[in-house]
Amino acid sequence: MAYERKFKIGKPILEVNNISLAFGGVKAITDTSFNVLEHEVRAIIGPNGAGKSSMLNCINGIYKPQQGTVSFRGQVVPNITPNIMAQMGLSRTFQNLALFKRMSVLDNILVGRKLHTKTNFLEVALQLPKVKKEEKLNRERSEEIISFLEIEDIKDTPVGKLPYGLQKKVELGRALATDSSIILLDEPMAGMNVEEKRDMCRFILKVNDELGTTMVLIEHDMGVVMDISDRVVVLDYGKVIGDGTPDEIMANQKVIDAYLGVEH
Amino acid sequence: MKPVFMTYTKKDLINLAVCMVLSVLIIPTFIKTEYWYTSILIPWLCLALATIGQQIVMGYTGQLALGAAGFMAAGAFAMFNLILRVPDLGFVGSLIVSGLIAAAFGILFGLPSLKVRGIYLMVATLASQFFIIWMIDKFGWFKNYDSSGIITAQDIVILGKPFTTPLAMYFVCLAVTTILTLLAMNMARGSTGRNWMAVRDMDIAAESMGVSLLRTKVQAFAISAFYCGVAGALFAFCYLKSLEPVAFDIKLSFKILFMCILGGLGTINGAFIGAAFILLFPVLLNAIGNNVFHGAIDATIISSIEQVIFGLLMIIFMIYEPLGMAKLWENLKQSIRSKLSSSGIKGIKSPVLKK
Repeated sequence: MAYERKFKIGKPILEVNNISLAFGGVKAITDTSFNVLEHEVRAIIGPNGAGKSSMLNCINGIYKPQQGTVSFRGQVVPNITPNIMAQMGLSRTFQNLALFKRMSVLDNILVGRKLHTKTNFLEVALQLPKVKKEEKLNRERSEEIISFLEIEDIKDTPVGKLPYGLQKKVELGRALATDSSIILLDEPMAGMNVEEKRDMCRFILKVNDELGTTMVLIEHDMGVVMDISDRVVVLDYGKVIGDGTPDEIMANQKVIDAYLGVEH
Repeated sequence: MKPVFMTYTKKDLINLAVCMVLSVLIIPTFIKTEYWYTSILIPWLCLALATIGQQIVMGYTGQLALGAAGFMAAGAFAMFNLILRVPDLGFVGSLIVSGLIAAAFGILFGLPSLKVRGIYLMVATLASQFFIIWMIDKFGWFKNYDSSGIITAQDIVILGKPFTTPLAMYFVCLAVTTILTLLAMNMARGSTGRNWMAVRDMDIAAESMGVSLLRTKVQAFAISAFYCGVAGALFAFCYLKSLEPVAFDIKLSFKILFMCILGGLGTINGAFIGAAFILLFPVLLNAIGNNVFHGAIDATIISSIEQVIFGLLMIIFMIYEPLGMAKLWENLKQSIRSKLSSSGIKGIKSPVLKK
């Protein structure tokens, strides 16, 4: 890329080592390893059922792989749970939207500030000055994210009433509110029209550029993936069949075969 | 520019002022009959408080729990024993400690919520209902070895002053309920409430944001049981003026559940509306029976009709307005406001409708 990046791509922040995951007899992921470098945009692609979402769920601790480890900043994370990963600075969005439907957009994003909220329920009940101060800071940060994502006009609407594209934006906002160093995006552009996709790409790149947040995304739109990602890993039948820059991936025969099918 | 964060809006403060003037000045000035205090206002406040407890665990945290009356019994008997055995604590101190004892039971019986959910959790929490009542019946110590089965509650004495008249007891209940309601509202609107609702709406996402399911659920159960415990103590000492485990049976738990659902899940004011409705509706039916039909309808039939109507209302609300009467009340206010503003009355703005 021609422009100078504010945050130079650095050392591996996340490493997936020899992960295998099976549901009963069905193997979802087999002995998969790849890494994610700090400040990069990393895409995971692959045909349907390749194990992409399962991979994210393993990284995030929702699934427990039978084999393999996940390292964060060079350290193997024992007993991964979503909560522990959140505390280490990893946030995520979900494929089928996992928003808090009855809460407003602002409240959803405020939940993302949870780890920056140190006051306990008793202090909240009594509305001590430090609670007000903390709440004010959290609200200011949330409002910043809301205006960054250009969703000011819907901030008091319950999320369940919003159209799909906007809900995806809110989910990104909630992940951003955590101020995590790495965000996993599970199909952030699924079901969006061209314009919405372009917006979403802009947000992803802007976050990566301005905050240096490492982005790992699963996406089906090849054009988008090749445009915005620094490196791409391709999964097929739960195995890595390609790993490299977009140009390398596009020239990779195995990847072409997996996507276009091959005569045997 | 609008301030980014304010705990209370102007509207809230006006609402609070209206409620306070109404309950502290107007009601005591105009209502002189004891019946209103002893049979309606005092139980209303106590049950509304218990309903807030039920709201916290069910309406806000989304955990289907059924056993509020068990925690109320724990609070009531804790209160009796504390006043009896630790007189130095005083009424207010005993009330707080009773709530804490109930909260301990809440934590214990809230633990199944980590493994089971929905209707199964409801069955699991029923254990609290039966266990607490059984424990009080089984061990005579809790009743101070009273053989009659019904114990008279001690007189309420705060700072050396007795509170024995219905009006005085009404004020005791009012003070406790007001304080605890304000605290509940603070929690519900603050980060605590957001964690509860996040767990209710999508627990896996909440966990991915760093909300601990264990801590949040157990906390909700504990706070809920605290509210129920305090409510139970007030219920026994101000309303029943006696202590018997039978008063806290499963029927009372169901009553509180109905108050919670009819009032509107996930609302604090719904607790008061729901409690008022369930308490006043039988009174209204009796009045109709006596005045319109001049007692031609048997009292047992009236109470059966009452059950039928409650059941129907529950179904209707679940289908058409899951947010209950609190939501109906909001809608009513909204429509009045927009009518007033469209008819050109100055100073009242219709709320901006959001897309």
